[in-house]
Amino acid sequence: MTVTARVPLLAMEGISKAFGAVQALSDVRFDVFANEVVALVGDNGAGKSTLIKAIAGIYPVDAGTIRWEGREVQIHGPQDSSGLGIATVYQDLALCDNLDVVANLFLGRETAGPGGPLSIMDEVAMEKRAIETLRRLSVKIPSVRTPIASLSGGQRQSVAVARSVLWENRVVLLDEPTAALGVAQTREVLDLVLRLKDEGHGVVIISHNLEDVFKVADRITVLRLGRYVGTYDARSVGREQLVGYMTGAVSGEAAGLDPTASAASASEGVRS
Amino acid sequence: MSTMPNDPRLIGEEPGVAGALGAWRRRLSNGDIGQLPVVIGLVVIWGILLIASNGKFFLPINLVNLTMQMAAIGTIAVGVVFVLLLGEIDLTVGVVSGLSAAVMAVLNVKFGLPGPVAVLGGLGVGLLIGLFQGNWITRFGIPSFVVTLAGQIAWTGALLFVIGANGTINLRDPFIVGFQGTFFTGIVAYLIAGLLVGYVGLTGWLNRRRRLAAGLNAEPASLLLIRVAAIGLFVGIAVTVLNVDRGVPLSLVCFLVIVVVLDYVVRRTRFGRMVFAVGGNAEAARRAGIPVNRVRIVVFALAGTLAAFGGVLAASRLLAVEQSTGTAGELLNAIAAAVIGGTSLFGGRGTVWAALLGILVIQSISNGMDLLSFGTAVKFMITGAVLLTAVSIDALARRGRAAR
Repeated sequence: MTVTARVPLLAMEGISKAFGAVQALSDVRFDVFANEVVALVGDNGAGKSTLIKAIAGIYPVDAGTIRWEGREVQIHGPQDSSGLGIATVYQDLALCDNLDVVANLFLGRETAGPGGPLSIMDEVAMEKRAIETLRRLSVKIPSVRTPIASLSGGQRQSVAVARSVLWENRVVLLDEPTAALGVAQTREVLDLVLRLKDEGHGVVIISHNLEDVFKVADRITVLRLGRYVGTYDARSVGREQLVGYMTGAVSGEAAGLDPTASAASASEGVRS
Repeated sequence: MSTMPNDPRLIGEEPGVAGALGAWRRRLSNGDIGQLPVVIGLVVIWGILLIASNGKFFLPINLVNLTMQMAAIGTIAVGVVFVLLLGEIDLTVGVVSGLSAAVMAVLNVKFGLPGPVAVLGGLGVGLLIGLFQGNWITRFGIPSFVVTLAGQIAWTGALLFVIGANGTINLRDPFIVGFQGTFFTGIVAYLIAGLLVGYVGLTGWLNRRRRLAAGLNAEPASLLLIRVAAIGLFVGIAVTVLNVDRGVPLSLVCFLVIVVVLDYVVRRTRFGRMVFAVGGNAEAARRAGIPVNRVRIVVFALAGTLAAFGGVLAASRLLAVEQSTGTAGELLNAIAAAVIGGTSLFGGRGTVWAALLGILVIQSISNGMDLLSFGTAVKFMITGAVLLTAVSIDALARRGRAAR
């Protein structure tokens, strides 16, 4: 890869978030570059979802700095997040089953003339763009006019992901995109994740399935009990090692080691 | 699955007639049976009535009566379709039609206001009630069933209050009575029919041309031609038969205009898309930035206004407003019409045309039973059975999809 100025698209530092007495995140750091897939892993209650929702603007953070392409920004609400170019694909509730693929891709942002809610939608333009986008991402569906209800789980997830990149988004957050999917469908979605990366997006993926994580991720950030454990190069960190970080059986780089992800720090962690 | 693995194109749509048939098959297997059962049902019912009534059902005088009976409850049913699309219910549409007609009658007869002003007053009552109920439902998060159940009781009281002790207000105002007393005959009636067919043909053709120009699959010219020809034939025969008697009543024209305009709103505008989205998955709609509650309020206001106009049409036909106006089965027939026409009770699926097809079924049964002098008892039982059948077909189609 040609090295441009390696400034992360999104960089977060010292992120803390409490819900009442519960400290969901404390002093967490996280970053994602363009052309990269970062996996966010951790056991239940590690704070993955809270972190994703903080990025998405659903839970504004209590403390910490957020930088977008090196510039410090504030994320107070979902509008701030999507305004920066961050799209979130939630595990559930994101699509309208009764509407077709085109309608779902453009939901709430239909191509239409001026005139507010009574403006007439340009179905031809929307359908054309939908087909272009889905072809570009190699999403396989019977027809763009099929209602979402008749698609498989993998196809639905693909449509949800495609929707996130239909607009000028640079970072895509995927919350458990392969949960409840079969083997073939999982592969479909993971291929799509890699295609997003090739298109220059920064992709953040939450997954419980380490196999999936190793298939697509370049770097893996581990959280445990709301704290940052470390970020590891996916090619050099071992599976058992990762599980060790997640469960706390092995202390991670955050325990005083070099915070940059590297094979050295990762393997050191396992020896100690 | 119909996609072939070797197909270089990933989106497996085929052009032409084969593609159109494939899309239709896909919709059917998906549980989206649309208007098919109601059209079949209508043909069956008409066939039975043709034989049972010795052709009397299809006499011009009876068909003109049928169209006049349809318009009022059909208009109310259009509002019900909108509410059902949201996955909500409005139990007040019957009594609101009566209350609005009563207010109109009082304004006109007791206060001496001119007909058009009185009609606007009646429509205003429907609009305000709809706005009020929509706001109450969304503000406090109470199910629409409960709010409109309370409303049904309360507005019935208001209706009795407005009508007063006499119990009946007779209408003579030419404007109000004119909705059902004005008929288009001869060339004018054909012109109206031509406009309707022309609208269907022109929008279909323009849509096809735009899609082809953009390189998309379009409805095959042959299918479009068949569709327009079939509608043209049906409308042409209908107008010819109606012309033998009094002609096409203004009330039917009003109803058809409402159906055509609101069908366009539902299918082509952003607002229509919002209604479907809220009915399909309100949470997804909210996350997509759709003002879910505002959409709900607007729909309840629309349903109230349409109910009011249905009440005006009913009053125009009966030349009077009584204590029982709007509370004698109007609600149940309007909901039944929307559902029989193919609108799902579970939200997010249906068309405005469902109101037209559904009311055609219900009024055909009702009218036919009158012709056969069966009386109200049999009429209710048969209408109930048809409604149950319609809902069961919808449920079975849905289950078929879920089991896929």
